[in-house]
Amino acid sequence: MSTRFQTTFAKGPALVCFITAGDGDTAANLDALVAGGADVIELGMPFTDPMADGPAIQAANIRALGNGTKTADVLKLAADFRARHPEVPLVLMGYANPMIRRGPEWFAEEAAKAGVDGVISVDLAPEEDQDLGPALRDKGISLIRLATPTTDDKRIPAVLEGSSGFLYYVSVAGITGKQQAAMASIEENVQRIKSHTDLPVAVGFGVRTPEQAAEIAKVADGVVVGSAFIDLVEKHGAQAPQHLKALVEGLAKAVHSARKATA
Amino acid sequence: MSEHTPNSYMNQPDERGHFGQFGGRYVAETLMPLILDLEREYRKAKADPAFKAEFDDLLEHYVGRPSPLYFAPRITEELAKNAPPGKGAQIWFKRDELNHTGAHKINNCIGQILLAMRMGKTRIIAETGAGQHGVATATVCARFGLPCTVFMGATDVARQAPNVFRMKLLGAQVVPVTSGRGTLKDAMNEALRDWVANVHDTFYIIGTAAGPHPYPELVRDFQSVIGREARAQMLSRTGRLPDLLVAAIGGGSNAIGLFHPFLDDPDVKMLGVEAAGHGLDGDEHAASLAGGFPGILHGNKTYLLQDEDGQITEGHSISAGLDYPGIGPEHAWLKESGRVDYTYATDKEALDAFQLLCRTEGIIPALEPSHAIAAIVKVAPTMPKDAIICANLCGRGDKDIFTVAEALGVEM
Ligand SMILES: Cc1ncc(COP(=O)(O)O)c(C=O)c1O
Repeated sequence: MSTRFQTTFAKGPALVCFITAGDGDTAANLDALVAGGADVIELGMPFTDPMADGPAIQAANIRALGNGTKTADVLKLAADFRARHPEVPLVLMGYANPMIRRGPEWFAEEAAKAGVDGVISVDLAPEEDQDLGPALRDKGISLIRLATPTTDDKRIPAVLEGSSGFLYYVSVAGITGKQQAAMASIEENVQRIKSHTDLPVAVGFGVRTPEQAAEIAKVADGVVVGSAFIDLVEKHGAQAPQHLKALVEGLAKAVHSARKATA
Repeated sequence: MSEHTPNSYMNQPDERGHFGQFGGRYVAETLMPLILDLEREYRKAKADPAFKAEFDDLLEHYVGRPSPLYFAPRITEELAKNAPPGKGAQIWFKRDELNHTGAHKINNCIGQILLAMRMGKTRIIAETGAGQHGVATATVCARFGLPCTVFMGATDVARQAPNVFRMKLLGAQVVPVTSGRGTLKDAMNEALRDWVANVHDTFYIIGTAAGPHPYPELVRDFQSVIGREARAQMLSRTGRLPDLLVAAIGGGSNAIGLFHPFLDDPDVKMLGVEAAGHGLDGDEHAASLAGGFPGILHGNKTYLLQDEDGQITEGHSISAGLDYPGIGPEHAWLKESGRVDYTYATDKEALDAFQLLCRTEGIIPALEPSHAIAAIVKVAPTMPKDAIICANLCGRGDKDIFTVAEALGVEM
């Protein structure tokens, strides 16, 4: 298993940045995110039916597929990213079907070859781990699971079983890109989850501004931002990298300021 | 094909909601606790005589059950004309098109809304393709006074206008969904998005025997009233069981409802009929068993129309109710186990069958069961004269007359 997650989260709260592969100039956009201070990259695998996503990420999926993005292209983007950025943890995030289509072993093997550290499969419940989990773990890739406000204490152990890297706390019961949860609820839930595990807990859904990110970084190990970047990619097209970099810089500064505060 | 014939075909799914390798619970974590809760509640309801009594009472006095089992003499005769000597099976219809709201969908909606109320949910959502499930859901919501939101693909809103108006009359809010091709799959995505955001008070009434466990099981159980009645009616009318059951398949709820009570009757053969649209050689069809591969969508593992990357391809059928790129997981399992045969009928064959039933029996069928009738047109002449075919006439065609007129080049 790669040590990139450990090394990264050991520094203190991390900024986790999501964009969809194949939407715009993905390589340039990823480089801009890293240049601006992203600590972890989540690369979205486009899917025709992104059931857990709001309008912004849905549209990014459709644009990416409209551009002809194939699974092979996503893996190539990942491998090229790994070559350019040997230290930055890289997560593939998407829905189960494209991941299992050629068999879980195939996917795990290709992801490992591309230098991927972790995989998030939104609709692969822990109860269905057999479809992908064993193959990923076999290749030393972390299966990163989601916990939500509806994941009660009784259920958390099932979510944690077989997961590694970090835990993604989805702060709102809802789809991506909508409202943000109240800080009190985020803090309470993160603490609740942390009482069950030593894994870092990253918080996402609805985070758009440095102010929100700074608040969350005080209580969590990571802050995940996605739709805000997707909006910039849609709006600025080929000019997106400079805008992404500007936004990431602000977010990274906010998240990293909590490092000093807690250190 | 499996090597072992199971002792019973009626004891699926397993406790994890799997039908062999199919089914399961593939949902976002937000929904998992709710789905587990639903399963617990369903187990309790199933064991509760009061729940069953209320369900049965509503089916009898509100839906109008039992639906008749009808021997159709003129279509039998018509199809026997071209049959070899001694051939030309008897054709019987289970008349679920006579149900309140005009299709089998209401059976399931009654069961699910009773479950919703047991769970203290105060808001109902549903997806719909043809609009039949939307109308049935809007109907039970009006009957029990619960607010109802129906997600419907924009394409379907256009081609099923009468049902859209019906839903509105019944007090439902109809939300047109523009993502994808604007058909049933997209409506289901949107319903799932709404549900994820409103789990605390909302119950999702899924319209077919698909989705995450326990939906395929509970929809099947509620729809099995069709097969239980048909079995008893056939025995009392003819003293024997039918030789062949036939039903159209969108997600598979009317078919599994007819088939399930007969699964352990080894002499009863079964035929599910998928929609082949413009034909199986291109992409313009909705036959997921014939033209798809196992995969994961909408909470379950089943046969799906998809490309080599696992992207879901859009189905096509003249029948909005069959225009879905998946199929209920129990059918995927019944296909692999070999217990049920599956075939398909094209738009054109369904249109011909539609007109045939109109003219021979004075019954205007929905386009969905017209696919079943199209399959009967092929098989009846190959079966002995004393053989009995029982088909599910799962919906009436009032909703489809505009579509049919257009397909026939008639201006209304
Ligand atoms: C009359 C009728 N038959 C069949 C179907 C297909 O659904 P299922 O395969 O679940 O019975 C529909 C769906 O809308 C329908 O309205």
